[in-house]
Amino acid sequence: MIKKKFNLILIIFIFSFIFLGLFLGLKKESYYVPKNFNTKKVINLKSKEFFSRKEIKLYDILKNDNLTIINIWASWCLPCREEHKYILALSKESNINLVGLNYKDKFSNAKKFIKKYGDPYDIILADTDGTNSIELGAYGVPETFVIENKKKKILKKYIGPLNKISFNEIKKIIKDENK
Amino acid sequence: MISNYIGFYALSFGLIISVLIIIKSIFFLKKNNEDKSKNFFSLLSSQFTLIIISFFSLIYSFVNSDFSNNTVFNHSHTTKPLFYKISGTWGNHEGSLLLWLLVLTFFILIFFLKSRNLKLSYRVFTIFFQQIIIFGFILFIIFTSNPFGILYPIPEQGLGLNPILQDPLLAIHPPILYIGYVGTSIIFSSSLAALVTRSMNQVWAKHIKKWIFASWIFLTLGIMLGSIWAYYELGWGGFWFWDPVENVSLMPWFCLTALIHTISVLEKRNMLQSWTFMLSIMTFSLSMSGTFLVRSGILNSIHTFANDPSRGLFILVFLFVLILLSIFIFFTYYENIKIRKIQFLFISKETSILLNNWFLMYFLSVVLIGTVYPIFLEAFTNEKISVGEPFYQKLITPFMVPFLILMALAPNIKWIKNKIEKLNIKILTLFIINLFLSFYIVKLTNTKYLFATLLITSAFFLFLISLRDVLNTNSLMSQRISHFAFSIFILSILFNSIFTKEFNSNMSVGDEMKFFNGTIKFLKINIYEENNYQNIKGTFKFKNSRNNNIYFEPEIRIYNQPNISTSEADIKTNLFTDNILNFNLINDKEYFSVRYQYKPLMFWVWISTFFIAFGGALTFIRKK
Repeated sequence: MIKKKFNLILIIFIFSFIFLGLFLGLKKESYYVPKNFNTKKVINLKSKEFFSRKEIKLYDILKNDNLTIINIWASWCLPCREEHKYILALSKESNINLVGLNYKDKFSNAKKFIKKYGDPYDIILADTDGTNSIELGAYGVPETFVIENKKKKILKKYIGPLNKISFNEIKKIIKDENK
Repeated sequence: MISNYIGFYALSFGLIISVLIIIKSIFFLKKNNEDKSKNFFSLLSSQFTLIIISFFSLIYSFVNSDFSNNTVFNHSHTTKPLFYKISGTWGNHEGSLLLWLLVLTFFILIFFLKSRNLKLSYRVFTIFFQQIIIFGFILFIIFTSNPFGILYPIPEQGLGLNPILQDPLLAIHPPILYIGYVGTSIIFSSSLAALVTRSMNQVWAKHIKKWIFASWIFLTLGIMLGSIWAYYELGWGGFWFWDPVENVSLMPWFCLTALIHTISVLEKRNMLQSWTFMLSIMTFSLSMSGTFLVRSGILNSIHTFANDPSRGLFILVFLFVLILLSIFIFFTYYENIKIRKIQFLFISKETSILLNNWFLMYFLSVVLIGTVYPIFLEAFTNEKISVGEPFYQKLITPFMVPFLILMALAPNIKWIKNKIEKLNIKILTLFIINLFLSFYIVKLTNTKYLFATLLITSAFFLFLISLRDVLNTNSLMSQRISHFAFSIFILSILFNSIFTKEFNSNMSVGDEMKFFNGTIKFLKINIYEENNYQNIKGTFKFKNSRNNNIYFEPEIRIYNQPNISTSEADIKTNLFTDNILNFNLINDKEYFSVRYQYKPLMFWVWISTFFIAFGGALTFIRKK
């Protein structure tokens, strides 16, 4: 009888341990970001301004400030809504250029989105056919690029929606650049 | 649009019926009313019908490219061929879970119909446990992975299916594998029920054996299809990468293989009940953990569908509830198993089957540790390691030698007691001749493989002995065919790894390269626009030492939805060798990295795996 109870406790203990291990494993971030990505120079994208539909080049935008953050979004993209609060918070940072790249979207839907959730962007580019995002090297929506303006270098890229960790990381990069 | 609602409500009603069945079975078991089994049938069949409706409404949405459905939007596109629109239904997380559920409800219905000759209380208990699983699954689908999520405004176009999943093999690989996985759930529920109702006996063994064999056959075929896909589509020239997701399907396979052997001991000798019970629980838990590891995004792999921690948490909790439930039942009803004091004799079929189980459990734990340890290490210490082929090779190969020898000799040992005959001179000489032959092969090919000589010896030994058995006897044909096929399988893998050759180079159009057994000339490239991708087709001429020309036409496909490029290897398969050539873009469609591989006996790896499963299938035919 004692032996039986001992066995039971032992087994339950072992399984709790396995449970704990797997549970902790779940909490790890598993987004994969290519390692030698940050050596890349960003190309001079040709795009259109969202409202006026005038042609605009990326290097013209890079002339102002030290840092540019490009956020790829779309009104139909659910995770974009989720990360929008972080983008709004980033818009309060000074000395950065916050660029929204509107990916394969209807003009009216995208406008509704900004109206409803707020417009954090300094400038919005319209990527109606999705080619701009491909040229940037994006994998999907949403995705966020941090670019150093002088060297036109991509410092960091975030695949998927921003979260608290990546948000703080971006804030730190901004702080370091403005020293 | 309407199909979204139909699908969702059908699913929800399925949940309600699940609750009804659970309540009804509890009442039933309290009163023990023997003649109300008809109600169960109508409930089970209506549940199955509802899930079918739900599943077909998802297929309907996929076929009509109804992008108001979230799942369709995320995984389909109007330019996709109809076949992939349909297979796209289960090529994603939400749809594949719906398929799981469909098979679950279908199996319990079949179980109910096929178990008429058994105790009603046992059948109802099985239904009870199975419904707990079904209930959990429907909850999981509705709350964390609803396939019928509605998008508004309705997007004009979908995001497309990952192109490497656009393959006919991948359209059938998941369903086949799932049938195997879900089959283990029946084994799980019925062994819990058998323990509670004291019916874990020879009759039960005979009945559950069919389910074990069926799951095993489908699992074997499912794993094989996945690995054929990896070989042809990924074009890396390998068929097993010890990828965690592959391992996860291999673990329940080890368990089921052990169970196939153990259940016949229970059937013939009425012993090893608690071990059978534990194996049944383990098999299902491992299948479920497979689902957990693949679906939760805890692993980085092609198979990881979505990274949503709440899904992972749900499966994890659900899995541990089921495990704890079965542990609890085992400890409470342990006395139901009548322990017969039987002496195990050293040389008997029982002992050899037990030995086989120990080996299989050893292989299982190696794979388990290799798969789970990195996750644990990262969880507790933040350190990242990856466990690869050398680990498995070093731990598994030494034990393959006695395993193969045992596999050759054991099938001819009798039940209960086997007379130790005089040392069988014939078999011994056969073994020694083998040993010399293998030594010669290893020496000649300069193999630096762990235990190469012994491994080849034992594989050949198994091959010859099982060949003799296949030719000689009529009884137990299924077992003999499986063992014989297994020996071919091992031999093919061995010779494949010994004789494989590979050549890598960077080339542009017009280049010619010489290497060990021939020359490769890069003739031209053509670029075509296909329906949903751009196709870059290269033409290569390969001339080997015997002046035979082989033309290769590998492709690079640049898909537009989503923008991904894949490399399609050109694989020339014939009976004894495979020649593989693939190329990849380096820059600007001028320079390419070219890889040529020579792989012998690949065809035999597939055909032998098929016959391993076929041997299992024979058990069904033989009885009729």
